[in-house]
Amino acid sequence: MSSIDNRQSSIGNEHGVQMPSVLILGANAGIGRALAAEFASHQYDLILAGRDLEELQALAADLNLRHKVSARAARVDVLEFEALEPALAACIAPAGDSLEGAVLCTGYLGDPEMARKDLNEARRILDTNFTGSVLALNILANHFEQKRKGFICALSSVAGDRGRQSNYLYGSAKGGLTTYLQGLRNRLYHSGVHVITVKPGFVDTRMVFGKAKLPLVASPGTVARDIYHAVKSKKDLIYVPWFWRVIMGALCLIPDGQFKKLKM
Amino acid sequence: MQPGYATQSLSGWGRYPVESCHLFRPEKRSEVAATLASGLQPSYIPRGLGRSYGDAALNENAGVIWPILLNRFLSFDGASGVLECESGVSLAEIIQYFLPRGWFLPVTPGTKFVTVGGAIAADIHGKNHHKDGSFSNFVVDFRLLAPTGEVLLCSPAAHPEIFWATVGGMGLTGIVMSARLRLRRVDSAYVFVDYYKAANLEDALATMEASDQRYEYSVAWIDALATGNTMGRSVLMRGNHAPAAELPARLRNPQSRIANAPPVPIHPQWNLFLDFPSGTLNRLTVKAFNTAYYAVHRTVPRQLVGLEKFFYPLDAINQWNRMYGKRGFVQYQIALPQASGRAGLRTILDRLARSGRASFLAVLKRFGDAGPGLLSFPLRGYTLALDIPVAHGLIPFLHELDRMTLDHGGRIYLAKDAVLRAEDFAAMYPQLESFRAIQRKLDPERLFSSSLARRLKIV
Repeated sequence: MSSIDNRQSSIGNEHGVQMPSVLILGANAGIGRALAAEFASHQYDLILAGRDLEELQALAADLNLRHKVSARAARVDVLEFEALEPALAACIAPAGDSLEGAVLCTGYLGDPEMARKDLNEARRILDTNFTGSVLALNILANHFEQKRKGFICALSSVAGDRGRQSNYLYGSAKGGLTTYLQGLRNRLYHSGVHVITVKPGFVDTRMVFGKAKLPLVASPGTVARDIYHAVKSKKDLIYVPWFWRVIMGALCLIPDGQFKKLKM
Repeated sequence: MQPGYATQSLSGWGRYPVESCHLFRPEKRSEVAATLASGLQPSYIPRGLGRSYGDAALNENAGVIWPILLNRFLSFDGASGVLECESGVSLAEIIQYFLPRGWFLPVTPGTKFVTVGGAIAADIHGKNHHKDGSFSNFVVDFRLLAPTGEVLLCSPAAHPEIFWATVGGMGLTGIVMSARLRLRRVDSAYVFVDYYKAANLEDALATMEASDQRYEYSVAWIDALATGNTMGRSVLMRGNHAPAAELPARLRNPQSRIANAPPVPIHPQWNLFLDFPSGTLNRLTVKAFNTAYYAVHRTVPRQLVGLEKFFYPLDAINQWNRMYGKRGFVQYQIALPQASGRAGLRTILDRLARSGRASFLAVLKRFGDAGPGLLSFPLRGYTLALDIPVAHGLIPFLHELDRMTLDHGGRIYLAKDAVLRAEDFAAMYPQLESFRAIQRKLDPERLFSSSLARRLKIV
């Protein structure tokens, strides 16, 4: 079931000017939150969608107070496949034409060890990162295609570039998402809708906190800034931070025969 | 999924002691309660921005909950100035977003990099205690996540015994999730400051007592190495918020006086990336600094000073604590009651000067009446704050100062303490038993503890 916080609606600021708005799906996540703040700081109204409505409402209140934009919370769970279409429709309807684009920040790293034995955990990783995400993107794609404008941005991962033993379930789901986004970009180009794929490396969020010492961990704020600029300058694919493009480029050159021997 | 945690070496701002703790960083409110119920650690203590100096926010080989991401503003009443926010919000953020709208903190310590939760836990005070009391006077209420998992709305009217145990309770009663604070209106981002050069302690105290009531804010920097007739020579800095109408013409544009005021930076501006060699701040260098600092100041009235410079002079240098080198320093702050204050200050400053232990930051303020917080630090009289480098023989020396403080009816500030002994602490805080009774009722399973709490035998 979805519900909408009706207390705020993006009917414009005090001058009656319609502010552009953005949907962030997965706004409670580390990157999602930072991205919401980034868009708000550029005077975008926000639709914050996710599973934990109370958290989203607190986030909306915070962004309204800090940046004087209109932020609304809406409950959308990408794992609730049946309810996904009405939930998304309901949360973007009030924004009407001001909706400039959508960013998908849903992701679930999960416990790869547990997932080897526990099929439910395995399904959760696959469904959140691939099926649920793709279904949500499908629905949003139809919306923007009809409007013949807008952008769709989705967070994939460098893990999707090469399957490696420590997180291949997550990586393969993200890899699939990347391929889907390539196709979507191709389809939507002809309607003037732009699709941006973002591949973050290690980012300082719950996925990374407390795990063994990882190198090159980026802050969610830095990642959010890079994503915002990519959206505004209509990039197709970015790695954040940029150097992951080089790292993954090198990693992908290693032949399977050698790669299978590594312990990554 | 079980909450993840990072095992890290943590310390307070004085970088002494350093302890290995298991740090949890919840991203959502529900995760805080889940962490407490997880059974992953034998005990937990909340931690803010780590500006307490000793081991108040450390829990050796056990859990430290760091709700730094629970830092959202929840509501603001533009008429009354009441701001509701999560406990991870820093005073710096409050200033950043609300000073341009004409609101400031009613009580602020010497750094703005302190969370609302930390401000309540230490019941912080500022340069205006003699008039306005401590931070808790401006806390309307807060939501406390008790160790049992219950969320209690506490105020001086609702659960007052829990409110006054939590205020100054160093995080031992549970985790403050959010609070409502009463901000104060300011007319500008400036303060008019009168500087007065006092020849010695007697001159400083007499001057402060004679005219402090004219000032909202009053503080004295003391040359802690001066001896003899000049012992306690100091620079008094006392001020009031500058009304817009009294600002010089160039600053008087109503749109600009708040919005275009010298910015109050939200992040420290310079980074000291390296530790200075231990001993950089030694007797000779501090003596040189103190002499120069005292000399360069003049007795001048009505200097226009920006809020940042007046309230947060040290925040500009990130990690200024690195100037003391790897060994760190201890911050030693005491409160002395009015009656014995003069004698107590004289005794302690004299002992410090004769010891040759170089303190370059010695600050004196006057305190108004004590608040109702059971373990709250301020009491009517004086407060002296010193920082002293960690060097051979320091701890017995501080224990000697503790005894002197106790003999004069004074006490130590827990937010700065690293070495106080449990028996001295018990003598200094007569309401300790009442605190323990309330803490035990809230925390029957002994889920909350800290290195400080164990050292002082609070829990």
